[in-house]
Amino acid sequence: MNLTLHVWRQKGPNDPGRFETYPATGISEHMSFLEMLDTVNEKLEAEGKEPIVFEHDCREGICGCCGFMIDGKAHGGQHKTTVCQLHMRSFKDGDELTLEPWRAQAFPVIKDLMVDRSAFDRIIQSGGYVSVRSGSPQDANAILIGKEVADRAFDAAACIGCGACVASCPNAAAMLFTGAKITHLGVLPQGAPERFRRVQAMTTQMDMEGFGYCTNHGECSAYCPKGISLDVIARMNQDLLLAQVVTRDEVRREGGE
Amino acid sequence: MSWFMRFARSTIGMKVAMAISGLLLFGFVIGHMLGNLQVYIGPSALNHYGAALQGNQGLLWVVRLGLLAILFTHVGSSVALVLRAKAARPQGYRKWQGKVSTYASRTMRVSGPILLLFIIFHLLHLTVGTVHPDLQHCATQATGDLQCFVYQNVDAAFSLDTAGTTMAVQLGIVAFYLVAMLLLGMHLGHGAYSMFRTLGLNSPRYDKVARAFATAVAVLIVVGNCSIPLAVATGLVGAAGGH
Repeated sequence: MNLTLHVWRQKGPNDPGRFETYPATGISEHMSFLEMLDTVNEKLEAEGKEPIVFEHDCREGICGCCGFMIDGKAHGGQHKTTVCQLHMRSFKDGDELTLEPWRAQAFPVIKDLMVDRSAFDRIIQSGGYVSVRSGSPQDANAILIGKEVADRAFDAAACIGCGACVASCPNAAAMLFTGAKITHLGVLPQGAPERFRRVQAMTTQMDMEGFGYCTNHGECSAYCPKGISLDVIARMNQDLLLAQVVTRDEVRREGGE
Repeated sequence: MSWFMRFARSTIGMKVAMAISGLLLFGFVIGHMLGNLQVYIGPSALNHYGAALQGNQGLLWVVRLGLLAILFTHVGSSVALVLRAKAARPQGYRKWQGKVSTYASRTMRVSGPILLLFIIFHLLHLTVGTVHPDLQHCATQATGDLQCFVYQNVDAAFSLDTAGTTMAVQLGIVAFYLVAMLLLGMHLGHGAYSMFRTLGLNSPRYDKVARAFATAVAVLIVVGNCSIPLAVATGLVGAAGGH
C-alpha cells in the first residue's frame, strides 16, 4: 500500500517547525506504524535527507516511549493501543495522514515527533515513592491486601507514562497521569503513610510544570493505551481535599512553598 | 503562603471553587424555576410569591450579594483556569479529533459567557425594567400590603402584541430566552456531572448515576424555563389566555 504523510519537522526546541509531505510507498499491511516510518526513514537517508525522529524503545506497547498524534488522535486512536502496536492494516491504500508531536508547554519538542517528557519524571520524583523498611525482606504475603484493592492499584499502575493523556486533553492536563500514580500508590497499605503528602507534593509539581486542568471531557482515558479510568482523577481530587481537612499542618505545607 | 491559599490557588483548588459555586448556582436555578412555575397557578400565586420575596429587603439583598459573590467566584476561577489551559498548550494541533467529549463539554467556555450576558439582560428585562416595555415595580398599597405585578410583568415581557414595542423585538426576546435556556441546560448538564468528579464524589459505581442525574435535571430546567416564555408568547398564559 502507498500513503502520503504530512509530518511535523522541527530541528530542535527553538526551531518554529513546519509540516513536510513524504510519500510512504510499498508499505506492507503487516508492518507496525513505526516500521512503516522506518521504511520511510531508510528512503530519506538514502536520499541524503534527515530521517524523521520519533521516540521508541520496546515496540511492544509497555515502555511508554513511543507516541504521537496521527490525524489528531493520540497513538492513532485505536482502543488501548500504543503507536508501536498499531498496524498498517488499520489504514487504507492512498490514505493521507498528519503526524504531529504531543503538543503541550510542559512537553517541549526535542526533534520532529519526539518530545521531552521529563515533566512526568519530576512529578513522580516529587512523591511517587513509598517508604520501605531496610534490612531483610518480610514475607511477601505478610501484608494482607484485598483482591479488589490490589486490582484497583494494578489498574492504575498500568500507566506507562507515554503522555497520550496530556496530548489528547483539550486543556493539556496531566491529571490522568498524576491521578494514576496517586491512586496506584495511595490505595495500598505500603503507600498509605505518604498518602496525603504525596497528593500535595505531586499536584503541586504538576501545577509547577505548567500542565492544564481537568474539565471532564474524558478524552485522556479514551485515548489512554492502558485504559486508565477517569476514576483516578476523582481519587486524586478526593485525596487532595481530604489532605486539607484531616492532616496536620506540616503535611499540608508539604511540596514546596 | 498559608496552606489554604496554596490550595485555593492550585488548579484542583480552583476547580473545587468552580464546582462548589456551580453547585450553589445550580441550586438557585432550580429554586428560581420552581418559583417562576407558579405562573401556571395564576396571577395571585405568582404576585404573592413576588411580594414575599420583596417583602424582606434586608434578606433579599443578602441573597443578591451572596449570589453575586458566588457568580464572581465561578467566573473568576474559570477565567484563571482558561488562561492556564491556553498557556498549557501555546501551539495547537493542525488536527485534533475527540473520541468521547460531548458538544456540551467542549462549549462550556462559550455557553458560560453567553449565560453571563443573558443574566445581565434578564436583570435589565424583568428586575430593573430598562429593556421591558412596561415593567411595574412592587408598590405598597393603602392597606399597608406590598402589591407586586410579577404576573403582569411576565405577560408583557413575552407577549407578542404588547403596546410599546414591536412583534419583531418581542420575538427576538423570546428567542434569546429559549437559546439561553438551551445553553443553560448544556452548561448544567456537563457542569453538574463534572462537579461530582471534581469534588471526588464520583466512582465507577456512580458514574452512570451522576451522568443520568445531571442530564435529567438539565432537561427539566430547559423544559420548565422554556415553557414560560413559550406559553406567554402563544397566549396560553397571560391576559390573552383569559386570566
